[in-house]
Amino acid sequence: MRRFFLIAIPYAWLTVLFLVPFAIVFKISLSDYAVSIPPYVPQFDWAEGIMAFIRELDFENFIFLTEDDLYWKAYLSSLKIAVTATFLTLCVGYPIAYGMARAPEEWRPTLMMLVILPFWTSFLIRVYAWMGILSNEGYLNQILLWTGIINEPLTILNTNTAVYIGIVYTYLPFMILPVYSALDRLDGSLIEAAEDLGCSRAQAFWLVTIPLSRPGIIAGCFLVFIPTLGEFVIPSLLGGSGTLMIGKVLWEEFFSNRDWPVASAVAVILLLILVIPIVLFQRNQQKQAEAEQ
Amino acid sequence: MTFKSLTLTAVMALATSAAFAEEVRVYNWSDYIDEELLAKFEEETGIKLIYDVFDSNEVLETKMLAGGSGYDVVVPTGTFLQRQIQAGAFQKLDMSKLPNHANMWDQIESRTAQYDPGNEYSINYMWGTTGLGVNVGKVKEVLGEDAPMNSMDLVFKPENMEKLAACGVHFLDAPTELIPAALKYLGENPDSHDPDVIEKVEPVLMGVRPYIQKFHSSEYINALANGDICVAVGWSGDILQARDRAAEADNGVEIEYHAFKQGSLMWFDQMAIPVDAPNPDAAHKFLNFIMDAQNMAAASNYVYYANGNKASQEFLVEDVIGDTAIYPDEETMQNLYTTSPYPAKVQRTVTRLWTKIKSGT
Repeated sequence: MRRFFLIAIPYAWLTVLFLVPFAIVFKISLSDYAVSIPPYVPQFDWAEGIMAFIRELDFENFIFLTEDDLYWKAYLSSLKIAVTATFLTLCVGYPIAYGMARAPEEWRPTLMMLVILPFWTSFLIRVYAWMGILSNEGYLNQILLWTGIINEPLTILNTNTAVYIGIVYTYLPFMILPVYSALDRLDGSLIEAAEDLGCSRAQAFWLVTIPLSRPGIIAGCFLVFIPTLGEFVIPSLLGGSGTLMIGKVLWEEFFSNRDWPVASAVAVILLLILVIPIVLFQRNQQKQAEAEQ
Repeated sequence: MTFKSLTLTAVMALATSAAFAEEVRVYNWSDYIDEELLAKFEEETGIKLIYDVFDSNEVLETKMLAGGSGYDVVVPTGTFLQRQIQAGAFQKLDMSKLPNHANMWDQIESRTAQYDPGNEYSINYMWGTTGLGVNVGKVKEVLGEDAPMNSMDLVFKPENMEKLAACGVHFLDAPTELIPAALKYLGENPDSHDPDVIEKVEPVLMGVRPYIQKFHSSEYINALANGDICVAVGWSGDILQARDRAAEADNGVEIEYHAFKQGSLMWFDQMAIPVDAPNPDAAHKFLNFIMDAQNMAAASNYVYYANGNKASQEFLVEDVIGDTAIYPDEETMQNLYTTSPYPAKVQRTVTRLWTKIKSGT
């Protein structure tokens, strides 16, 4: 009985928080636009029965998505931005995590605290703060002009560069923490052994440290990549009108076109694109758990 | 009756009385009322007023169509109101609770009937036009003394826009207003719902796109007032507010509002009560309060928009009633046009076109 509950709880969690909402969105994606509340048909009606209800659903909205190149361009451009941003976050986050793992034992809790500290401020306010820093009359340009590095203010806000800065900044802790925890567990004597056997420090880093921290790198990359792909707030506040991301397209379908069925179809496809990396991530976690046993 | 059902009844009675505790939730456009009126309403009626704001019809409409917004009074623009009435989002007004309805202006009511036949679901709050806000000094400096300040040529002719780009131009981020304007410029019917006709505006807007600094529906008030931009295609009252802010700051910026001489869009913001409003009684009291001649005049005197309340006109300051930018003269009136809501398929063409224009690709 106890075992049954242990298994039932995570499955119930999954059903209530993932499968049921997904089923609702999927159902709307098969419906048709209508001028009503809510703005789609068919509505479920017990009297007519479930079969009559199902007969009215169709895949028209998904076919529509393949007919307009806007959607494919938006998915591709989101993928490109998410991949690039994940790579940049890794480049910035890895050295920080490495430094933390190498720092004296008594400093580590403080360093850890510093990584987590930005979460104490609202995410939205931190993104707004970047608008103040990056704008043409912003702090960054003022400092650069004052020091004489540039003569004309740089246009950063409302470009893709600003979007990358925003994503790297926001998701950095999600990269640092798993990489740090992998590096922290790393046995220092392995590196000493590598050096004793003739490796230079750089070789030891490439041949021993990086492969051993790989689970942390993978976990960090997934934690950054998955939310970045559907990101809406950062591109809409920091990006320009030229920044095409699927989150913005979804917003427009929902608010400007009030076409909930097509918006739902866009969301379903986004989810399918995400399921692949999520499954890979799960498998990686599982392997790691098995290796540890 | 068992003890259990007794407590249940007690709890239900409590819950209903909590809902009846006099309270009204109003959802209106930003910068659109004299806040003293809100305090006055609470004082006069003893009803607690919760006042929230939005800056786009799209956001309001999504809340209405999802249902259960929790608001008692909302203020959609005519074209949006019409579709929301069709969707069944609003309740008919109970005229017996609105004695001040007699104050309304028949001329405006006959126009709003286009969106709300018989004016059964809504009352007019404010109306205005979409036109040009210009920084007189800067525009003359760039284009010379005879700059076409009241003409669509100012913002739709690339050779003018190329010169104006240096001092900054903003457009409203409202496809349902800019596309009709561009159609009017081309001499087409601004209310056309034919996708082939609508597509004709693409070359016009793309031709001036490189010179537009930003598409935004509320930032231009401050940008004009501070002298950060020299031209905005915007809403009449907002531009007049910018004019006043500049005058108050005494910063040498002189702002004027001009309706397009080719014809401007006339729009109506209507107050209505959602079908599922939690406090319809209090909502009626709020509407009646707003329709009071002096209250409505106070609101117009503050926000520089014309209202649909005939009786309020004697309480309007000369700055408002005497300004043809707010209460247009007969000739301009003749020139104004209205639009109707796009059907779903056409709306998609419009949104797609607008995305394309904004991104400039």
